[in-house]
Amino acid sequence: MPTVTFVSIDGSRHTANARVRESVMAAAVRNGVPGIIGECGGNASCATCHVYVGEDFMPLVGPPGDLEDDMLDLAVSDRRPTSRLSCQISVTEALDGLVVETPKEQP
Amino acid sequence: MTGAGVLVVGASQAGVQLAVSLREHGHDGPITLVGAESQPPYQRPPLSKAYLGGAADATSLELRDQAFYASKRIDLLPAERVTHIRRFPSGTALTDQGRVLDFDRVALTVGARARRLTVPGSDLTGVCYLRDLADAALLRHHLTPARHVVVVGGGFIGLEVAAVARSEGRDVTVVEAAPRLMTRAVAPVVSEFYRRAHARRGAEVLLGAQLTRIEGEHGRVTGVRLADGARLPADLVVAGVGVVPRTELAEQLGLLCDGGIVVDEFARTSDPSVVAAGDCTVLPNPLTGEGRVRLESMPNAIAQARVAAATLAGKPQPYADVPWFWSDQYDLKLQIAGVADGYDQVVVRGDPDGEAFSALYYRGGALLAVNAVNRTADYLVVRKALAKGTPLPADLAARADVPLKDLLVATPAP
Repeated sequence: MPTVTFVSIDGSRHTANARVRESVMAAAVRNGVPGIIGECGGNASCATCHVYVGEDFMPLVGPPGDLEDDMLDLAVSDRRPTSRLSCQISVTEALDGLVVETPKEQP
Repeated sequence: MTGAGVLVVGASQAGVQLAVSLREHGHDGPITLVGAESQPPYQRPPLSKAYLGGAADATSLELRDQAFYASKRIDLLPAERVTHIRRFPSGTALTDQGRVLDFDRVALTVGARARRLTVPGSDLTGVCYLRDLADAALLRHHLTPARHVVVVGGGFIGLEVAAVARSEGRDVTVVEAAPRLMTRAVAPVVSEFYRRAHARRGAEVLLGAQLTRIEGEHGRVTGVRLADGARLPADLVVAGVGVVPRTELAEQLGLLCDGGIVVDEFARTSDPSVVAAGDCTVLPNPLTGEGRVRLESMPNAIAQARVAAATLAGKPQPYADVPWFWSDQYDLKLQIAGVADGYDQVVVRGDPDGEAFSALYYRGGALLAVNAVNRTADYLVVRKALAKGTPLPADLAARADVPLKDLLVATPAP
């Protein structure tokens, strides 16, 4: 089972076991990882699952789609080049060990 | 307090959120979350979308892992329905399994049930509803071999089911009694857009059409009959004709109910020691504080549950979220923010024929709501404007050459 590690602003780390094909958001919420809310259930409608993808993983994870890009533009507090909505990142075996940072606040 | 703790009745999205938020507020006593369904608590919105379409399974819909509830000391009791409840002389609930649950405080997150058809033939095999996972599994079972699907009710549930069925190549007819689709939620321009969008994809939409009976052979559906005498063949009938809030327990507690359990902006019922959240409630319009609205949506369930938890924890915070909602039909993503009730003006941006547009609702020049179809940016701008109280003047919003988000910047909140 791939693992995903969530690093919060205070440096604390939570590692979640993720199922292949579920989203990074879903893995976080199921496991009660703080800092990821996922209010809309993975619908790219609430932007409460914003993360910063670890630089090493950016080529694997890739850029946001158009709808997600609008969400990041208008709905998150501190967008960076590594910003993604974690509900739009599908877990694969290749992403095992993925590290993402959670922002200071979700909207 | 007797130490019996908080009883949350209804292991729904609202119930889970309420229990979790109580812990986040530092509530340390026992929390019992009791629900009638046998599955662990799950998300309902995907039932009519990804689950019905086969892209999600029951496991993927679970809200939290089992271990999570234990880690938060939330005592989850599935497959038990609370049938009797009283507050005096002490808080006690009785379940259909004969269990007695004592409580200091109680929260009702009991949801709503699908309204049932009453026409002759409604009890035939092949007449389905869509409210919970069991309904969705049964519907999926009947949809697989179906050729002719009749959807009764042109609201969100009916149209989402119609879209899934049509996308699988079934013959689909939507039978709606009102003169247009989604009457309660959207303006005529949006209703008409969806009628045409379904028609373009080969689904037939009959408006002003009254179902009079469902016909069958050997106990199975074979067709439906309409008031004008027309007969439609059907091997599956799906009814999405609204919901009825579950108010039975509230009535046992003597709480005021009016089309739902009446709560205030702090999620308090008419007995301020009892809170309620989600589809079972009617609440003041969160944006205006006026009237009583029922916001049947997951975002409301979550927002209201948070409010209810804060109230129970003695840290009351009024409901301040902008209501929002979405509906997926085919490749059309409808996103709604605000409450359009009482609008007197609609501004359309974009091109409905191009399947990307938004409708902004105003009353007396004040922004109320947006319906955006494949225009997420417009939805987000309006949601933000409503949250901040920023006006988006209708005359400027109507101009195609002005990006909405420029208005957000150009007209800062007073």
